[in-house]
Amino acid sequence: MKVVLENLTKIFPSRDKKSGKEVVAVNDFTFEIPDGQLVGLLGPSGCGKSTTLYMISGLQKPTSGKIYFGEDDVTELSTENRGIGLVFQNYALYPHMTVKQNILFPLQNLKGKDKLSKEEMLDRALNAARLVQIDELMDRKPSELSGGQQQRVAIARALVKMPRVLLLDEPLSNLDARLRLQTREEIRRIQKETGITTIFVTHDQEEAMSISDVIVVMKLGVVQQIGEPQSVYDDPKNLFVAKFLGTPPINVLEGKVVDGKVYIGDDDVLDVTGVDDQEVYIGIRPEGLEPNDNGRLTCGLSNIEVMGRDASVVATNAASANPVVRAIINSDIRIDTTSQTIKFNVKPHKFFLFNKQTEERVYFEVK
Amino acid sequence: MVESKQQWKAWLYLSPAILLLLVFTVWPIFNTLRMAFLDGYGNMAAMGGATFEFGIENFLKVIDYDKFLDCLKTTAILCVATVPVSTALALLIAVALNSIKPLQKTLQTIFFLPYVTNSIAIGMVFATMFNIVGYNPVERAADTWGIINLVIQFFGGEPISWINQGSSYTANIVVMIVYIVWNALPFKILILLGGLQSINKQYYDAAKVDGTRKARVLTRITIPLLSPMLAYVIITGFIGGFKEYSSIVGIFGEKMGPPDDAGRLNTMVGFVYDALEKDRQGLASAGALILFVIILLVTMFNNKVIKKHVHY
Repeated sequence: MKVVLENLTKIFPSRDKKSGKEVVAVNDFTFEIPDGQLVGLLGPSGCGKSTTLYMISGLQKPTSGKIYFGEDDVTELSTENRGIGLVFQNYALYPHMTVKQNILFPLQNLKGKDKLSKEEMLDRALNAARLVQIDELMDRKPSELSGGQQQRVAIARALVKMPRVLLLDEPLSNLDARLRLQTREEIRRIQKETGITTIFVTHDQEEAMSISDVIVVMKLGVVQQIGEPQSVYDDPKNLFVAKFLGTPPINVLEGKVVDGKVYIGDDDVLDVTGVDDQEVYIGIRPEGLEPNDNGRLTCGLSNIEVMGRDASVVATNAASANPVVRAIINSDIRIDTTSQTIKFNVKPHKFFLFNKQTEERVYFEVK
Repeated sequence: MVESKQQWKAWLYLSPAILLLLVFTVWPIFNTLRMAFLDGYGNMAAMGGATFEFGIENFLKVIDYDKFLDCLKTTAILCVATVPVSTALALLIAVALNSIKPLQKTLQTIFFLPYVTNSIAIGMVFATMFNIVGYNPVERAADTWGIINLVIQFFGGEPISWINQGSSYTANIVVMIVYIVWNALPFKILILLGGLQSINKQYYDAAKVDGTRKARVLTRITIPLLSPMLAYVIITGFIGGFKEYSSIVGIFGEKMGPPDDAGRLNTMVGFVYDALEKDRQGLASAGALILFVIILLVTMFNNKVIKKHVHY
């Protein structure tokens, strides 16, 4: 089932009557989610990603705009008639019911021609439980389960109705780090097995990048960029997207373009064409800095953190907007740690220019 | 552990509270036990130098006394009839209050008013609504006055003597049930509303996504999640019900019954007060102990039943 959002906007009325300031949670969101894909809505707190999810679920009504499931306009449809499964951030499992009762609950609500016999219900509940591998725990109460198991129960409860669209609100935020890795693989597997179009919300870029087919980066209610995780990472449209994706984060330095040369401080680090002279922010991915004795960018050397396969060079530069300049290099490369300075060359495809005022990407060609 | 040298300080700081508890709680409890087991004990007689045998005569007298069984019956009827009704009504009102936004605070205040009103005053207003109190016995027509009877007559019914001369026991009990339920509502609403507001809203969102009908949300989600509060309200309701006294005084006056049958609606606590008035502290103590045992047993029974249905 493809999901289409058309000029979706949500405005919350002001809480403070005096100032009368409305809050635009989601602003003019247009996007088509292809059938059977896993989509991550990504952004910092307050960017409108959860509001978008709740509008798709029908728990919140958009101020304007339309939502389509396939060809059906579901904008005015109440949430129970949309055929969605929703997994809440803290799961919202009914604490007084066993796992089995929790999973059966949505099925027992079905009426009319959809009504199922007891055997069919049990059958479907068991299938859903097997899919998320909790069929051993059917008689436990939620309080007797670990966070990861509760998460699976919540997913089973959402899947048991065979929804057209599965929505997950911050599915991994309540899990510890190890469980998070495991569970995100699990979500990916379940989504692939069922083929249900799935939309999830997260503020963790690593989480979104690792399992999504498509990510949507949002900021203050406005969609910044939509695309496959790798292409968004490799080709950010603006400084916000560049900064939001990637760990360790991208190095941001102030600089300028003069006569086809990009300057950081006094160092001209790259020769470019097709760019007017201007003040710019320069984004360099940590893996885009190569130590080289004849390198064109000179930085102060702080220290080197070896992390097994890779090493992280921590350096300083007066023009840096981040506290430090970080380079990820192969740990086989030997660096002279007695030196006060280190020189880098930049990899042009890991090197981005952004207009200093608009923070939009400035495209260039390498000379 | 506190060093033993310091312990006297702890006792010093605790002493005011311990002293008050000893004088006003521990000693009276002990004294009640003592008086209950002294045959025919009375304070006046004791001061006059009389001595009393140790025995269980007081208890036998209480049980033997035919009015005692009537007291027990009235108390039991009032409990069994009012606690479920007031709890169910309070639940519905609390759920309704919780689901509205405008006027919620105002309505909450209105529903809470009976709680801050003197129960004797409420009783007098109720008495006036059901019948005129302090009527002239010659003017028998006044027995069936009052706004409730006007309403009954408006719908073509016969006026009923609710609490006056010639009223039936059933009519008296109906008045008491209405009054006690109304009086018990505010506290229960307050507790249940507090409970409702602490239920995570996401359970309701989850139910909505699954298309759960309203009645099913109430029975399968709200009531189970509210069960600790419901249990509290029911248990304290029964305890309060067994101690019913002032509400009956409020409506019927100290005679505890209609003018032509004083004492008809007497309760357990009323029985204890009557005995105290007649300088029969032994009998009163025995009655109080029996009441204590009854409340204890009922509460244990309630706990046992409720435990199966409460989800903490």
